[in-house]
Amino acid sequence: LGCIAFLPTYMRLKPQLSISLESGLTVGYFARCLSDLLLICHWVCVSVSHSTDFEVHRNWLAITHSLPVSRWYHENTSEWTLDYPPLFAWFELGLSHAARHFDPDMLLVENLNYASPSTVLFQRLSVIFTDLLFIYAARECCRCVQDQKGSRDVLNRPSFVLAVLLLWNFGLLIVDHIHFQYNGFLFGFLLLSVAKHLQRQHLQGALLFSVLLNLKHIYLYVAPAYGVYLLRSYCFTQDNKDGSVSWSSFSPLRLLALGGIVASVCALSFGPFIAMGQLPQVLSRLFPFKRGLCHAYWAPNIWALYNTLDKILATLGVRLKLLQEAGLPRASMTGGLVQEFQHSVLPSVTPSITLVCTLLSILPAVASIWFRPRGARGFLRCLLLCALGSFVFGWHVHEKAILIAILPLSILAVENREDAGIFLVLTTTGHYSLFPLLFTPAELPIKVSLMLLFTIYSFTALRKLYSGRGSLLRPLESVYLLGLVGVAFACEVAFPLSPWQQKLPFLPLLATSVYCSLGVCYSFLRLYASLLRPPGKPKQP
Amino acid sequence: MQTWSLVSMCVLLGIVVRWGVSLNSYSGAGKPPMFGDYEAQRHWQEVTYNLPLQEWYSNTTENDLNYWGLDYPPLTAYHSLVCAYVAKTINPEWVDLHKSRGYESPAHKLFMRATVLVADLLIYIPAVVLYCLYLTDGSTKKKVCTVFCFLLYPGLILIDYGHFQYNGVSLGFALWGVLALGLGWDALGSLAFCLALNYKQMELYHALPFFCYLLGKSVKLGLMGRGLFLLVRIASTVLVTFALCWLPFLSDPGDAMQVVRRIFPVARGLFEDKVANAWCSLNILIKIRSILSSDSQIYISFACTLLAVLPSCVRLLMKPTFWQFKLALVRGIQLIILPLFLKDGLLVPYAVTSLAFLFFSIYLLSALEHCSEEELRLGAFHKLLFCLPKLDLFYISVSAMAGLSVVTVALVPPTHLPDLFPVLVSSTAFLHFLGTFIYFNIVQFSEPPSRKSQKKND
Repeated sequence: LGCIAFLPTYMRLKPQLSISLESGLTVGYFARCLSDLLLICHWVCVSVSHSTDFEVHRNWLAITHSLPVSRWYHENTSEWTLDYPPLFAWFELGLSHAARHFDPDMLLVENLNYASPSTVLFQRLSVIFTDLLFIYAARECCRCVQDQKGSRDVLNRPSFVLAVLLLWNFGLLIVDHIHFQYNGFLFGFLLLSVAKHLQRQHLQGALLFSVLLNLKHIYLYVAPAYGVYLLRSYCFTQDNKDGSVSWSSFSPLRLLALGGIVASVCALSFGPFIAMGQLPQVLSRLFPFKRGLCHAYWAPNIWALYNTLDKILATLGVRLKLLQEAGLPRASMTGGLVQEFQHSVLPSVTPSITLVCTLLSILPAVASIWFRPRGARGFLRCLLLCALGSFVFGWHVHEKAILIAILPLSILAVENREDAGIFLVLTTTGHYSLFPLLFTPAELPIKVSLMLLFTIYSFTALRKLYSGRGSLLRPLESVYLLGLVGVAFACEVAFPLSPWQQKLPFLPLLATSVYCSLGVCYSFLRLYASLLRPPGKPKQP
Repeated sequence: MQTWSLVSMCVLLGIVVRWGVSLNSYSGAGKPPMFGDYEAQRHWQEVTYNLPLQEWYSNTTENDLNYWGLDYPPLTAYHSLVCAYVAKTINPEWVDLHKSRGYESPAHKLFMRATVLVADLLIYIPAVVLYCLYLTDGSTKKKVCTVFCFLLYPGLILIDYGHFQYNGVSLGFALWGVLALGLGWDALGSLAFCLALNYKQMELYHALPFFCYLLGKSVKLGLMGRGLFLLVRIASTVLVTFALCWLPFLSDPGDAMQVVRRIFPVARGLFEDKVANAWCSLNILIKIRSILSSDSQIYISFACTLLAVLPSCVRLLMKPTFWQFKLALVRGIQLIILPLFLKDGLLVPYAVTSLAFLFFSIYLLSALEHCSEEELRLGAFHKLLFCLPKLDLFYISVSAMAGLSVVTVALVPPTHLPDLFPVLVSSTAFLHFLGTFIYFNIVQFSEPPSRKSQKKND
């Protein structure tokens, strides 16, 4: 089957095969090689073990296929209830029709934890197949990146570097193909929408984003960036000479067009459920605030630091006899399930507090693109800040959400030197924080090799791109990243062989989480500085 | 981009592919009573750890040679011993005498796969990297692409990490030998090749080119001067290496003979597991087994093998250049055995790695040099196959392989010909070998390209 699939590619490429490397093979040609190799590597991962997300998606296939629409959001035979917006449910319904040909038994709702080889094969194939959208989106993004003139070697052009950074992103590979999710597919929509905005096709961008929102509502994090940017730069067709808003240039037609697009996509997605009066049930499934402040493995955000500080203060307080140990609420950090978490010394954090913090953190960014719009790239920067801000301050954040910031940052990294430096810090830290997702010894060589592969490539490629103007990283940043190697060694090798493995099993997770949150928060602040700095001001060396 | 970063990325990718393949099933998984090659290697660890050296190759009450008796030379046994020591520290159950037969567990599988990876990382991969960087022509990019294609070669990956063997060690040593010869270090080259030979007797296929090249080189330097000195040095290196490897067995000549008998089991016959060679293909036409006795089969096969490699070896003797040496080495037989992989449940990795290798060889290597027909001297080749002058040989080859793969998986063979597909695959593979054999003979006997003859010194 594979041979038949690839033969057309070979036949199309045959005329080009006699051209030598130096005489300018296109970026597209190499990118095609890369994506073919990528797909092949994905196949190799088919046999790697999968996580609970695998069962989650199998369950959703079963629910959408076997049950009528009215039961989709009420069904709770399995603990993994449907908690994505309806458009994703329609997507799963489509997949389930293909699944029928692989193994009909996976579509029975009662078959909990069913994982026959055909099921695994089908699920993995579906991820690989939907990744084609991501490959297409990456290609579109590469087209938006300006290549400098001059006879640069193909491998050193910014667009090629971006293609590799996107297609071979370690985080995406790990999360999608080993851990199992459809992030490639969803990020395809996000990147495509960003690419359309960069190409000034705002309506298409808006359409893609509305579809994305209706596929996975986590992207609400970045909706303010879209909303404000489109309102400011698309609905107001002109700016005054000093850059401020020209109220007279408001175009109601454009606003209507945007509104129409968003409304129609939402109607397509939610329509049947509104008609059946199930909207409150759907919303309660989508936004379950009963879960704790932190996931079982703390995402490397500010609350991880907050929790650690709380723990340290509590321990110190007990040691110094300032607090009664019995009076402290029992809080357990162990276990793989979601837990309620009460703080002992510092005030407890509620969902509303996190919401306020998140909104406060993204307010300056959003305000900045309203008062001082910097075009599509300013929008991209604002989008990044919204994503990072909600990662750092959000409620029950998954460590995988760091990818929402890393992938768009790649686009800025190949064009701007300072962004490249921030990218290196954020990406290495963010990717390392994904290590605990793969915890079996069998996966250790793969995750270490892939991480090294991506890190070596990103450092050497970006360095080559900006060669001759000094180092990309500041000394402190280099020291921090080297420290990551130490943390990795301690957590993966030294700790499991040490006597503390039994007593304090959560210690590696804690260490990883805290160390990475430092890097993430630092990158957040640096990105803010680069946005808020007035244009034209010289950067500090 | 700097060479070191490109090369390290290739190596890392090679490791990822290898480990990905190793997560699949292995030879004989869950198939009592005999299991497969995986169990054989585990059994050898058990035998070498628990029994004294003299009993490793003999049939005793403790050591039943019918259950995967040791049939590789002593270096394999020493390697198994080292692995057994490691296994004992992790979990003694893995190498318990008799009790660990058929032992299978996820942790044990991880350990065994890790031993293969470690051996590859220490021996095979450095040899490949150094060979491609120092002994191939072309720009840095071309060398890196060669490393890449070398490391992705599916046959070795699937056999070592899928089926389960340690071919990387013996091939690695042989490659170190070639590397040393290419750099002009003849004694070290012979040392490395002797190690390869003492690891797997299959390396005898490569022994003749080594021998002829070194002999030819000594003769050329003058048998009364430097040539004799070189010859003596090489001979003593070989003798010392063999002596060191066989030292524990030399105290009793009976032991040594027993080892030789185990390594060269002439009683087994020619048709072991439908291996892809001439005899299987010929057997379709003439029932050789019924015509000839077992002994005459062996003599005839030996004679034919010798005849086949004789021309290239004579040429090598006359003109011992490194280029000729490399060509002669290509006589090494590749084992592409689809039925064997199917038996081990390795279809997906087979498809994946073959595709990867195929397409990367096409994309990268042909993009990097002008593959005109004159360069490849396919003109002469085409003249031989005058019946197929217009068709693209490569297309035919790929389609045939693809078709056979699909057919073997998808269809059930007819009941009166149950081994139809394995035999078809063996025959196709043999035709490929024959084709490449003839091609390389043509290349070796025509003038080598001028740039290469200037680079390689005698």
